[in-house]
Amino acid sequence: MTKPALDIRLNARLEEIGRGSRNGIDVETVRSVLDEMLKTMGGAFGAPDPGIVEELNALSAFIEDAKTQIAAIRPEEIPDEHIPVATDELDAVVRATETATNAIMEAAELIEGVAEAVGGEHAETLSLAVTNIYEACSFQDITGQRIGKVVGALQEIEAKVETIVEKFGPDRATRDRLKEARLAEKNEASIAAALPSDDDLLQGPQLPENANSQDEIDALLADMG
Amino acid sequence: MAVDKNMKILVVDDYKTMIRIIRNLLKQLGFNNVEEATDGGSALTKLRDGSFDLCISDWNMEPMTGFQLLKEVRADVKLAALPFIMVTAESKTENVIAAKQAGVSNYIVKPFNAATLKAKLVGVLGDF
Repeated sequence: MTKPALDIRLNARLEEIGRGSRNGIDVETVRSVLDEMLKTMGGAFGAPDPGIVEELNALSAFIEDAKTQIAAIRPEEIPDEHIPVATDELDAVVRATETATNAIMEAAELIEGVAEAVGGEHAETLSLAVTNIYEACSFQDITGQRIGKVVGALQEIEAKVETIVEKFGPDRATRDRLKEARLAEKNEASIAAALPSDDDLLQGPQLPENANSQDEIDALLADMG
Repeated sequence: MAVDKNMKILVVDDYKTMIRIIRNLLKQLGFNNVEEATDGGSALTKLRDGSFDLCISDWNMEPMTGFQLLKEVRADVKLAALPFIMVTAESKTENVIAAKQAGVSNYIVKPFNAATLKAKLVGVLGDF
């Protein structure tokens, strides 16, 4: 089709999209342009080429189908839940290793103090062992940096998935509603179930802020008789 | 010339654990006059305020990196000659070349051991 034959409104629309397309074009925009093209073609030809119309209809249906399929796997859960959980867990790993390393270092420093008091050959042996402990403790710095890299990679993935969700997924208000609904569903399921399933009981270590202390567990057991 | 074990050393690292490790290893080598900083900016302030004889710094810190600290030190007339050892997990060739070109005195890759630390200190300060 020649440009003069294009509908003026469609032409303006394409120019507008062209100006703002630096960050990609969303699916709805593509669909609406296709629809307008179909209408325009209808006006331009006495009898539109059924082959082209069929192709465009198929393309439109394909986009709609892709959108439905992507929405079905709920990609918004990745940036809304999965990645924040993963980064929180990794942060907890860094904090835990730092705490453990400091405890090991404190014990080594005590041993070093004793070695100075002991003197002689034993002092030398103890001192060497303490040096080995100090050297080994540098793992905390290295693992911390490596985990930092993983967190960075997760945030990159989060940003990319977020872009997909913005184009194919629900809007922010709907996402918030869906998240609340999922939480409510989990709560209801745990209340409704007389006993949690084996999977429910396999949560692994809790983040420190979510975990029960030994005192709290003792109190719970005492309450249960 | 004998190495003065009372020399003032600044250890710079954003991981407190690593500062503690280096401090303890230095202590074992007889160096007890050790101060610390957790980023390049505060390290530079300390270096300008105090008369330090050696700086041992990590590279990967925020907001000022150890590399930026090194360049600031070398650009400062009063600090330009300060021995500066980089202790870092950044082990790529380009890092080492960049540090050398910026005037680093020696370069230790993490993880390291006490023998390596001593060898690099000897390389910078002389035998002790």
